[in-house]
Amino acid sequence: MLRIEDLHARIGDSEILRGVSVELQAGEVHAVMGPNGSGKSTLAHVLAGREAYDVTGRVLYEGQDLLALSPEDRAAAGVFLAFQYPVEIPGVGNLYFLRMALNSLRRQRGLDELDAMDFLALAEERMALVEMDRSFMSRSVNEGFSGGEKKRNEIFQMAILEPKLAILDETDSGLDIDALRVVANGVNALRSPDRAMLVITHYQRLLDYIVPDRVHVMAGGRIVRSGDKDLAFELEEHGYTGLEQVGTTP
Amino acid sequence: MTTATAFLGGLSRLEPRPNGHHPAWLTEARRAGFGWVAEHGFPTLKDEDWRYTRLGPILEVPFQPAATGMGYRLSSSTIDALAADLGGTRLVFVNGHFAPELSSLTELPEGATVTSLASVLAEGAERLEPLFSRPFAAHHHAFTALNAALTEDGAFIRIPADTTVDQPIHLVFVSDSPTSPLLSSPRSVVLAGPRSRVAIVETHVGVPGDVYLTNAVTEVALADGAAVEHYKVQDEPDTAFHLGLLDVHQGRASRFSSHSVALGSSIARHEVRVGLEAEGAEVSLDGLYMARGDQHHDNPILIEHAAPRCTSRQLYKGVVDGRGHGVFNGRVVVHPGALGTDAAQTNKNLLLSDRAEVDTRPRLEILADDVRCTHGAAVGRLDEDAVFYLRSRGVPHQMARGLLISAFVNELVDRLRLEPLRSRVEKLVAHRLATGGEEAAKT
Repeated sequence: MLRIEDLHARIGDSEILRGVSVELQAGEVHAVMGPNGSGKSTLAHVLAGREAYDVTGRVLYEGQDLLALSPEDRAAAGVFLAFQYPVEIPGVGNLYFLRMALNSLRRQRGLDELDAMDFLALAEERMALVEMDRSFMSRSVNEGFSGGEKKRNEIFQMAILEPKLAILDETDSGLDIDALRVVANGVNALRSPDRAMLVITHYQRLLDYIVPDRVHVMAGGRIVRSGDKDLAFELEEHGYTGLEQVGTTP
Repeated sequence: MTTATAFLGGLSRLEPRPNGHHPAWLTEARRAGFGWVAEHGFPTLKDEDWRYTRLGPILEVPFQPAATGMGYRLSSSTIDALAADLGGTRLVFVNGHFAPELSSLTELPEGATVTSLASVLAEGAERLEPLFSRPFAAHHHAFTALNAALTEDGAFIRIPADTTVDQPIHLVFVSDSPTSPLLSSPRSVVLAGPRSRVAIVETHVGVPGDVYLTNAVTEVALADGAAVEHYKVQDEPDTAFHLGLLDVHQGRASRFSSHSVALGSSIARHEVRVGLEAEGAEVSLDGLYMARGDQHHDNPILIEHAAPRCTSRQLYKGVVDGRGHGVFNGRVVVHPGALGTDAAQTNKNLLLSDRAEVDTRPRLEILADDVRCTHGAAVGRLDEDAVFYLRSRGVPHQMARGLLISAFVNELVDRLRLEPLRSRVEKLVAHRLATGGEEAAKT
């Protein structure tokens, strides 16, 4: 479904991704782990289409050149990024925004738009997945939400938009154990044979809840090791020290 | 002050002609207005209240005063399309003159008067004299003087004590200036009796492509306990010029609110002056300006706290695109003895292009003790993180920008209490956002 080949990204003189290659099949969940500053979040943003970077390399998504698409076209093609820091947008209602987003996607996919009633029914059903309160519907997007509420809202949006490729950027950061469980349950409920997920995290603990098929370790802008889920436990024991050196050695 | 060749060269043309219907005091007032302009000329950028507005483009045009009885191309349905039908009483003024055949008068509470100023002046109306000369006398400038010299008509609204007018009164000022550039000088008077309530909507529109100048003065006097809402939608074509003054005088415990929406004109100036003249009066001024292309929108505001325990609020927001220029020049003066004054002014601006420009100048002059005054101003750009967030969810770029701009604007639009007007403004703003963005399209 997704093939990343020798992906480089820089901002000005600083090269953040230095040749990342990963391949992801439909139905798989891959974890990307690594210390702060290793380029994990940059990878997530580059895949979603953030324009701040100079990008070279190749990303094939379902056979098309992902890097040539605008962020909204990537979304229409089924790519979704759950943000590490979801943006607060005062004055834009959460549900209003989400219906606009869903209908934009549906339009681009040649489907009929959902009217307000049908959308509301869908939203209520999917909110249950992340144990979100109804009151979130009428509030402005992420405005005044706690850290945990923002992360739930990301997974709620994912449940509504039903992407094929979901990229979860540090979805566990800032969550207490209860919120982590709720968010992980939501993610697990969305696992499906047609859907691939790239789960980016600093800590192994998220992977206790969302068990990955593969684990990649990033350091210094590269993938320095890949393995099965046991690699995460190894990292938990020994930390990232040592790995970074591998990453920085050409 | 400056002289302007085209304008002044033609000023003799502007000299008020004797009008058999006018009382002597009015003839005198017109002469005084004209004399003032001839003597002092027009303001320049050196004049504090005009420092942001270049008048050159206006003064170069040889405007003709719009005479009564000129023909026009407008019909009732054109007015509906240009200005909307808000229900209730609608007075239409074409080039500053009342057009009864385009107007609709609905039933009003007993004793309430809604008519044309010309008809009131024709009856003599000595009692109007102090009102008529006040806006010119208090803080005169060339354009209030010119309005005094040239005005023939406008709306006259009087609501008796303890009377509520349920439906808004819609004043439509439409210009139709097909051959030579016209100068319209409407003067409207609103007298709200003790504890009366009324909502007035002013819509200023014209025929696209026409060059004209609207120089409008509206005077509102609120007696004790009166409550008046004033709405102004300025949607003149961008070939036209608009200079407006809203002059408000408030009695004890009266409440006045104003909502100004500036979309049109090449150069527009929406001046508001409020005198809080007796204890416990409250005023709230909202303003939205959306300059783009080469448009210039200036908002000079003066609120005078002249009595104890009065409250004033200002919330002005600008969305400026292209090479547009927005100005907020808000001044609050707290006079000695105005104890317990509560004043707040806020101005926020969104710049949508690199060449857009905003000047913001909230000013407080406090000459009394025991007051609570705050002011704040902000100029910013669209939050690119928010734009990316929306796009990453599938919302197309232009729509994402529009959504964020609407969110910025909606704080003001949501405060338009009159439903048909709020929908109207929502449509105008949405249309503006959909058609705008010569800058947006590029990014």
